[in-house]
Amino acid sequence: MELIAVVKRDCPTCLLVEPVLGQLKARAPLALYCQDDPAFPESLGGALDDRMLERSWRLGVEIVPTLIRLEDGEEVARTVGWDRAEWERVSGAAGLGPGLTSFQPGCGSKTVEPGMPERLALRFGDLHLAARPIEVADDDDPIEVAYDRGWTDGLPIVPPTDLRIARMLGGTRRKPDEVIGLIPPNLQPLTVEKAAINAVMAGCRPDYLPVVIAAVEAALMPEFAMHGLLCTLYFSGPLIIVNGPIAKRIGMNWGGNALGQGNRANASIGRALQLIVRNVGGGIPGEIDRAVLGNPGKYSFCFAEDETDPGWTPLAVARGFPPGSNTVTLFHADGVTGFADQAARTPDDLARSLAMGLWGVTHPKVAGWGGAVLVLSPDHYEIFRAAGWGRTDIELALKAALRRPGRDMVTGLGGVAVGVAPERAEDTIDKFHAETFLLVRAGGRGGLMSAIIGGWTGQRNPAAVRPVTKEIAL
Amino acid sequence: MRNEPYLMRDPTAELAPGMRPRLAPPERLEGATIGLLSISKERSHEFLDQVERRLNERGLNVLRFQKPTHTKPAPEDVLQRLIERCDIVVEGLAD
Repeated sequence: MELIAVVKRDCPTCLLVEPVLGQLKARAPLALYCQDDPAFPESLGGALDDRMLERSWRLGVEIVPTLIRLEDGEEVARTVGWDRAEWERVSGAAGLGPGLTSFQPGCGSKTVEPGMPERLALRFGDLHLAARPIEVADDDDPIEVAYDRGWTDGLPIVPPTDLRIARMLGGTRRKPDEVIGLIPPNLQPLTVEKAAINAVMAGCRPDYLPVVIAAVEAALMPEFAMHGLLCTLYFSGPLIIVNGPIAKRIGMNWGGNALGQGNRANASIGRALQLIVRNVGGGIPGEIDRAVLGNPGKYSFCFAEDETDPGWTPLAVARGFPPGSNTVTLFHADGVTGFADQAARTPDDLARSLAMGLWGVTHPKVAGWGGAVLVLSPDHYEIFRAAGWGRTDIELALKAALRRPGRDMVTGLGGVAVGVAPERAEDTIDKFHAETFLLVRAGGRGGLMSAIIGGWTGQRNPAAVRPVTKEIAL
Repeated sequence: MRNEPYLMRDPTAELAPGMRPRLAPPERLEGATIGLLSISKERSHEFLDQVERRLNERGLNVLRFQKPTHTKPAPEDVLQRLIERCDIVVEGLAD
């Protein structure tokens, strides 16, 4: 039998058990480690120095004091804190600590102080980062080095140091070397580690990483056509809409200014996807990204749906996922167009009015090209809800209002050449393909306004290009 | 001054950045097979029809190919046929 004990001076319970350690040392071989001061305990002539915490980390110590019994080198019993009965069971010795209280809880081990588990995993563990290390010279600024190397979207990034990457990897159960997929346009493999590096740079917290990974997986679904989207002339970039309880857990915004700035999760998750496309895929503006104008959402475009009304069918449920699922839905999005209607008082009026706004997507005389996301604000939604309308009622009314005879948009009409061919003048034409129109709820109260997010013209063939939804694996 | 080097990890695919030299243009078109690949964007066939007419006037061999959609890279079978049958490929655009 052999005993191991791990203590630290900065722990009243470790001070308390000093005489007990003396009793044990007199009876059996005792390997005594101290995490903060090898001179402690003085009465025993000090301890083995574990200020680097390697032994504590390898033993999995979380509380001090920890007492472990080994038989033939194998651990057979362990206790933490001070509990006389437990110490006697583990050590096999009787009469320990006469005069001491029978029980006193221990203290946190130095191995579990904030940030320490990741440091120790890097120093002693199985976590070996594979990405090429880039050394920043003493007089260089890491952020400027990142700019010089072309790693950024124009805004500063958080420098991806080993410790930050290790913490980020703590946000997923997936192995760092697991390949998530091949990122276009260069079809380069994205490992979980590379995703974590880019998530660090984007400003993500570790608990956002599963959302980032799901967003990448969604973007790589063939029907999303990420390759075409990243190199298009058109304005569009990937918009991420998050559904499910994870949105609340990681603190996403679906309320006031949901499409704007100010929320870390919204801002950094969308940015992480774009940085991955840029850095791993090689989708770089001015090179293969040929956007004529682009849109500010190409820095980052991500928000959560407002699911606070139990009567509302969330987007993910409407798209076939069970209630309570955590999902990302990706849409090929242009910028946000504001829509204000403060006069409508009935759901039919408001649906017709919203359709007038939606008709402008791509061009008022073009149908079946870019789709749209309609983000319904709480005050506009209230007009529908008060009349007993749910998602399906609103969608049906919008679909009916978004249908016109071809003669209303025929080529040449209004002195404008763009338009449908004359032979379609008597056809009834839908503004959007059903697959490329999404209805979601978000926003704050106090304004009778909603948002229209136009879609990519590549959506004109929804058999090849359409929005996608992917479950977030936790 | 820092005690330890400040290290960052490379977020890119770590592809060698070296410039690849362009292929030299063919010395002569006579006898070569020229593939015209439509990316399937609206009106790309008009552009390629015109190119084909001009090449035919010079008595050159022309074959036509098409991607199913301009929004995605060419599928493997299209690439395979291009490689097997053509010496030169012109990829055609519209807008």
